Amino acid sequence: MQETKTIRVLIAKPGLDGHDRGAKVIARALRDAGMEVIYTGLRQTPEQIVEAAIQEDVDVIGLSILSGAHNVLFPRVIELLREKGADDILVVGGGVIPHDDIPYLKECGIAEIFTPGTPISQIVEFIKNKLSAGGKKQ
Amino acid sequence: MFNQESLKKLEQEKTRWESTTVDKVIKKTPERHEKFYTGSNLEVDRLYTPLDVQELDYMKDLGFPGEYPYTRGIQPTMYRGRFWTMRQYAGFGTAEESNERYKYLLSQGQTGLSVAFDLPTQIGYDSDHPLAQGEVGKVGVAIDSLKDMEILFDGIPLDQVSTSMTINAPASVLLAMYIAVAEKQGVSADKLSGTIQNDILKEYVARGTYIFPPEPSMRLITNIFEFCSKHVPKWNTISISGYHIREAGATAVQEVAFTLANGIAYVEAAIKAGLDVDEFAPRLSFFFNAHNDLLEEVAKFRAARRLWARIMKERFKAKNPKSMMLRFHTQTGGSTLTAQQPDNNIVRVTIQALAAVLGGTQSLHTNSRDEALALPTEESVRIALRTQQIIAYESGVTETIDPLAGSYYVEHLTNLIEQKAMEYIQKIDELGGAPKAIEKGYIQQEIQDSAYRYQQEIESGRRIVVGVNKFQIEEEPPKNLLKVNPEVEKIQKKKLETLRATRDNIAVQNALEELSKKAATDENLMPSIINCVKAYATLGEICDTLRRVFGEYKATVTF
Repeated sequence: MQETKTIRVLIAKPGLDGHDRGAKVIARALRDAGMEVIYTGLRQTPEQIVEAAIQEDVDVIGLSILSGAHNVLFPRVIELLREKGADDILVVGGGVIPHDDIPYLKECGIAEIFTPGTPISQIVEFIKNKLSAGGKKQ
Repeated sequence: MFNQESLKKLEQEKTRWESTTVDKVIKKTPERHEKFYTGSNLEVDRLYTPLDVQELDYMKDLGFPGEYPYTRGIQPTMYRGRFWTMRQYAGFGTAEESNERYKYLLSQGQTGLSVAFDLPTQIGYDSDHPLAQGEVGKVGVAIDSLKDMEILFDGIPLDQVSTSMTINAPASVLLAMYIAVAEKQGVSADKLSGTIQNDILKEYVARGTYIFPPEPSMRLITNIFEFCSKHVPKWNTISISGYHIREAGATAVQEVAFTLANGIAYVEAAIKAGLDVDEFAPRLSFFFNAHNDLLEEVAKFRAARRLWARIMKERFKAKNPKSMMLRFHTQTGGSTLTAQQPDNNIVRVTIQALAAVLGGTQSLHTNSRDEALALPTEESVRIALRTQQIIAYESGVTETIDPLAGSYYVEHLTNLIEQKAMEYIQKIDELGGAPKAIEKGYIQQEIQDSAYRYQQEIESGRRIVVGVNKFQIEEEPPKNLLKVNPEVEKIQKKKLETLRATRDNIAVQNALEELSKKAATDENLMPSIINCVKAYATLGEICDTLRRVFGEYKATVTF
C-alpha cells in the first residue's frame, strides 16, 4: 500500500464575526475529502491562529471572514508565519471579500481567495494541487 | 370543512385521474424528479386537494385576523389599514456617516430606523481595544459612548420614528443610551417605540456575538423586560430571532422550532424572576428570515403565529390576547444571495419579500443586490426599498388579508410545519429546555447538519442556484462597491481620547462601582447602567465591569 501523508488543515475565524456556517461546512467537506481538519472556533487573533497552526503542524490554513476586516487580519497572519519561519504553510481565505481587495491579499501571500458560491470540490482540488506542487514540503 | 361523502368521491376521482390522465402523460414525459421536496426537505406531492386538509377546522385552526390563534394575521385589517414598517438595516463607519444615511433613507420613504452596530460594539469593546483592530465601523456603526449615540440620532425626533437596534449581549447599555439621548431631546421614555434584539440564546447557537455566560445574560434580559414594562411601555423588549438560526443553515421548520423554543426559555426565565406573563409577553417580538421557497415560507409564518398563540395560551396560561400575538420583523435571506450575477439577487429578494408580506409580517428589511460582495451602496439600498414599495403599492397582494389561506397546499404545509416544529420543541423540552439543549450542542448540531446537506445538494446539482451551478456566464467584477472609510478607527480612537480627558472621571468611577456592586446582587441593573451611560462611561468600561462580575462565555467547538 502506498503511504501518503494526510493533509492537515486549520480552519480559522480571525476577527470578531460569528458567522461560521461557511467555515464549518468547509471544515466538514475537507474532512470528508480525507483531510485532517482542526477548527479554531470564533474570535481568534492572528497570533492565536499562527500558534495553533505551528503547534498542530498543519499544511494549510483556511481563513474565513465576513466582517470586512480581511485587509488588516489576513496580511497579519502571513507576517506572523514569516516571523516564525512557518511560511511554508499554504494560506487560503474565504468569505465576503470584494473583488478589488483580492490582488492585494494575494500580493501579501494568500494563495487564493474563495468567494461565496465556490464549489467545495474546487477548494479541495486547489489545496491538493498546490501541496503536490511544492506548498509545504512533505 | 368537507363532508365525508364528497371526500370519498374525491378520493376515487383522484385515483382515477392518476391512473388514467396522469399516467399517460408520465409515460410520454416523465416528471423532472422522482420525488420533490421543499427547502425543509418535506416531500411535495404532485397535487393537493381537500383530502390533504380534511382535518382542518376553520374556526379552531384559522379563525379570523386579529383573533386567536392569529393564523391569518394579528391585526383585524392587516395591510388594508397600514402597510408593514419598511425598515432597512443600516449603519457603518462613524455616527456622523450613519446619521446621514438614516436621514437619506427617511427622505426616501423608509418608515422606521434599523441600526447596525459594528462588531466591537456588539461584543462590548471600545474602538481602541486590541481585538477591535480592523473591525471598527465595518459591519455597522461604531458606538463607544453616549457622545456617539447623540450624534447618531442628531436631528431625528425619537418620538416620531421607531428604531430597531440589532444589539444583543450589551443590549441594556445601548437601550440606556437611547433613553438618555431621548431625554436630551426632551422625549420621555414612555414615548419611545422600537425594538432591541436582546436575544442571547441565538447568539450562542448561531451568531456568536455573546459576552457573558447564559445565566447572567438571561438576567440582563429579564431586567430589561421588567424595567421597560414600567418605564418604556411601547418598547419591544426582545426580538426573538430565527433569522440568524436560518442563516446558519437551519431549515424553515428548524427556524420555527428553535426560535419558539428560545421564546419559551425567555418566558420561563421571566416568570421565574417573578414577572406576570401578561405583564411582559405583549412586548415580545420575533424576527424571521425569508428564503426562496415562496409557499413554504408563507406557510412557515402562518404556522409560527398559530403555534406561538397556542403555546402562550395553553402552556403559559396567558390571558391578555396581546400576549398570544406573534408579531414579527422579516429580513430576506442574506445567505441566499450570490456574488455571481448580483442583479439576480433583486429577483430573489422580491420573491422573499413577497413571502414575508403574504405571510403577514409587521416589518421588513429587504437585502441589497450587492451584499454577497460588500456592504450595500446607497443605490442598491434604494432598489431594495423600492422592491418593498412596489409590492405594497402595485402588486395587489396587500388589498385582502392572508390571500393564500384555503390553498390546499399552503394549509397542508402550514399544518405540517407546525407539527414538525412541535416535535422539535418536545425534544428540546426533554433535553431540559433551550439553554440546556444549546449547552449540549444539540441545536447547533442539527443546524450544521442541515447546512452541510444544503451545500451537498448544491455540489451535486440536485439543488439549482441560478448563476452559480447553472446558467453561469463569464463576468466582469462588479464595480462601485461601498468602501468603509479606513480612517474610522483612527477617528474613533481620537474621540475616545478626548472623551476620557474631558468627562468627569470621578463620576464615571462612582457609577461603575455602583454597577459592580449591584451586579453582585439580584437587583435590576437598568438604573445603574443608565447612570453609567449618562456619566459618559464607555460601552467597553461598562461591559468590562460586568465581565469582572459575570465572567465570559466560552463556546465548545464542533463542526
